[in-house]
Amino acid sequence: MTALSRLARAREAGLVVMLVILFVVVGAIQPRFLTVGTLDIILLAIPLILVAAMGQMMVIVARHVDLSIGSILGFASIAVGMMFRDVPELPLWLGFVLGIAIGAALGFVNGLIVALFGLPAIIVTLGTLSLYRGLIFILSGGRQVDPNHIPEALIRMAQTSPFGIPWIVIIAFATALLAYVFLRHMRLGREIYAAGSNPDAARLRGIRVNRVTLVVFSISGAMAGLAGLMYAARFGYVNPGITGVGFELTVIAAVVIGGVSINGGIGSVPGVVLGVLLLGSVSVALPILGISGFWQDAIYGAIIVIALIVDGSVRAGGLVRLVTGRGE
Amino acid sequence: MSATETFDAAKVRPLWHRIVVRPETVTLLLLIIAIFVSASLSPFFADLRFVLESATFYIEFGIVALMLTLVVVSGEIDLSVAAMMALSACLFGIAHRAGLGMPLAIIIGLGSGALMGALNGVLVTIFRLPSIIATIGTMTLYRGIAQVIAGDRSVGGFPSWFVGIDFIAVGIVPVPVIIFTILAILLGIVLGGTLFGRQIYQTGTNPVAARHAGIRVGRLKRILFIASGLTSAVAGLLMASRLGVVRYDLATGGELQAVLIVMLGGTYIFGGRGTIAGTFLALWLLIIIQTGMTVANIAIDAQLTVLGLLLILAIISANSIYASGRR
Amino acid sequence: MRKLTLIATAAAIGLMAGAATAQDQVEIVYIPKNTGNPYFDSIIGGFADACAELNCSFTTVAPATAEATSQIPFITAQIQRGVDVIAISPNSPDALNQVFDRARSRGIQVLIVNSDIPGSEAHRDAAILPVDFTTIGPAQVELLGSMINYDGEIAILSATTDAPDQNVWIADMQTVLENDDAYADMDLVTIAYGDDDPQKSTTEAEALLANYPDLAGIISPTTVGVAAAAQVVETAGRAPELQVTGLGTPNQMRRFIENETVQAFQLWSPYNQGLLAAHFAMGVNDGSITNEPGQTFDVPGLGTITIGDDNVILTQDQPTTFDASNIDDFNF
Repeated sequence: MTALSRLARAREAGLVVMLVILFVVVGAIQPRFLTVGTLDIILLAIPLILVAAMGQMMVIVARHVDLSIGSILGFASIAVGMMFRDVPELPLWLGFVLGIAIGAALGFVNGLIVALFGLPAIIVTLGTLSLYRGLIFILSGGRQVDPNHIPEALIRMAQTSPFGIPWIVIIAFATALLAYVFLRHMRLGREIYAAGSNPDAARLRGIRVNRVTLVVFSISGAMAGLAGLMYAARFGYVNPGITGVGFELTVIAAVVIGGVSINGGIGSVPGVVLGVLLLGSVSVALPILGISGFWQDAIYGAIIVIALIVDGSVRAGGLVRLVTGRGE
Repeated sequence: MSATETFDAAKVRPLWHRIVVRPETVTLLLLIIAIFVSASLSPFFADLRFVLESATFYIEFGIVALMLTLVVVSGEIDLSVAAMMALSACLFGIAHRAGLGMPLAIIIGLGSGALMGALNGVLVTIFRLPSIIATIGTMTLYRGIAQVIAGDRSVGGFPSWFVGIDFIAVGIVPVPVIIFTILAILLGIVLGGTLFGRQIYQTGTNPVAARHAGIRVGRLKRILFIASGLTSAVAGLLMASRLGVVRYDLATGGELQAVLIVMLGGTYIFGGRGTIAGTFLALWLLIIIQTGMTVANIAIDAQLTVLGLLLILAIISANSIYASGRR
Repeated sequence: MRKLTLIATAAAIGLMAGAATAQDQVEIVYIPKNTGNPYFDSIIGGFADACAELNCSFTTVAPATAEATSQIPFITAQIQRGVDVIAISPNSPDALNQVFDRARSRGIQVLIVNSDIPGSEAHRDAAILPVDFTTIGPAQVELLGSMINYDGEIAILSATTDAPDQNVWIADMQTVLENDDAYADMDLVTIAYGDDDPQKSTTEAEALLANYPDLAGIISPTTVGVAAAAQVVETAGRAPELQVTGLGTPNQMRRFIENETVQAFQLWSPYNQGLLAAHFAMGVNDGSITNEPGQTFDVPGLGTITIGDDNVILTQDQPTTFDASNIDDFNF
């Protein structure tokens, strides 16, 4: 076992402990939290975050970040929603294919700008965050897609399946499984880690780093597109000004909590799944405990900052430096 | 102004090339074009009093962008500026409502800004976190705290002398525009004409070499982050004065505006290059573009698209100009 | 800087001379809270139709987000454009006061449409409200009561904790639940807040179902909340034991009426608000309407309208109830 994978294991174990503590504490205050009904709510709260987090983690492992996923989610869901509205006979599977393809195309544009001009992804995607949102308004004429124009079959995917668990939950976990296999067992997946931990060394080893950049951004976009379809299924309508706004922060929070290093090269799918579960559980625990939704952002922010500090301390002994005052 | 940092690279280029082919020139050119386009889009645009009046809506981000320029030149970034504006303004408003008196409330507002900036600085220099991610975290945190303490309510009731600073004008120039101009001159001198400014450029160009040259890089960056928090607080108070109330969602999305201004001004995103003059011109470019589009009744969707495109084009052009200068 | 602007000024003089001619029409601009909100599209429709008839020039502009200050640059730009009437659905009850004053000092009529600015009434000329807001609370309680046989646990899912209109309605609901014997068996167990965000509203509604297994009804007096509550109840398969009602738009709720998750809900006519506001603005402008409490005027299709205290004008007295029998008559 290498030092890196030991670190990853430790992080996953830590997350499991945190999840257990959360359930014990919240359950002690409000026993209803420990029922099957609550588990259902948590399972329904995570699919969008989970699929987008799979894409985002690959981007971050490759030493980039994608802030535009909320706008990509919005664009894909509005575009496909309008197709469903205007072409009612459009098959559902084709809607999914189109949504994922549109997302992948927008993600590809991100990757292209980053790779072609060697620009920092955070600034590029901050720009496309605004650009794509503007395009959503232009495409939709500022009009939302109403619930009665979203196909029944799509909405039912957020409600049931033959297995008792709603389809979107199954799809989300299947996506995570695919991501796991891709990152661990496929050459391209392992190249993402190599490119992220040391781009120069990766280049010397013959890895085409720019191709990796294009791939991770396209995957991130595709996942955001899939999340867009899930949004339409779960909420039953799509609005140009609301759908996907602020989504990127939740997803990045989940990925960072899941132990993916912002310096690239480190991060595991099980860790991210646990990170998503932890965030999802917190978001459900708040209303069950009767705590105002106003706390949600502050708690998310605190969790991100704490996760970052833990990350930084583990890697560089930051806490030691803070205590000894040797910051230079 | 930035002769020092491009000195070595610039030797091989002829003088005219050095003066003309630089990002600030592009910004100036865009500014001139924007003025003509705006004037032709709407007959209501070409009115200096109106443009200056509208400038007060964007000037707060301009003030933040001036200090952000120094942070970016030093090789870091601060995405929490808008959240710091909101939280310090909310703390100021709540302190005033609690009956602490205006002087103390203002001190609390400014002090909280400095404190938030200090936390950013500690995360970046002591925990060695990339500022890009660290300040995304604190952005969420600060905005969240503002939401918790202020709720969805406006906090107001400030004394009348405090409210409406944008209505006070010297001639036809509103006071916030004057504050911005003075700060620009001061920071321009700091960055372009002092030892500290030279150290900022050196740190941004090559932190390792800067450390070997005896520059206390960590301390320098902490000072810049604290100053960024402080100027954000000043901008937050100006906004509070302009609106007469404070809210948790003040300046939402302002980090995009501030970064856009710095990038439009030709500051190099990887640090080491950039000038206050560029940022100064860029703010006016942004004011002209947004005011021009708004007064021409151009729909908001087109405005968002233009802003996003502009940001991407600005970094691409600045990047390629610096790249050609290095060759 | 100044030099450049002078150049631009010179360049624009020719254009200005050309544009200053076609100014005899009254210009009305309406600024909704944000773009992409179907509710405000109906108000815009009312304005546009009225202006086509009354021969005024109508435009609409809006910010992308409903953030408190996002409308300010738009108002200032309209002042600069020299419009005659600014109608606005404000994003803040007080942050816009300064710019309203500036508009009115230039002789522009400032009309608040859809919800008033409590405490800042002195900064606008009149407010056009959709309905007598004091009827909303009792009407909503009665509607839910009729759906659950006036018996059982009920909950409210609101917007934000500080939403002024919703808080007034909720206070009215609590009063009538406590004081009216008809509702003696209806037990208000909690008030939840979904912040008018689809995600948070959905989670809050799910928490209501988990926390109160015997819940008989949910009232959600906000369009985002009522759609989220209906979606959650449909997903959980809890209709018809658990009834949802509230304030929603027909297009947003049509699906739930058709699949019988929701029996009935209420709202008013945003279209008529736009119609009324345009007629009022034109009347005040040409002097045929005196903008003083107690004065009356006629609007085709709406009858005689009276200007109330504080220059508040009501479009209709009672909310409209939508159910399977009439929902197909409405498209907004």
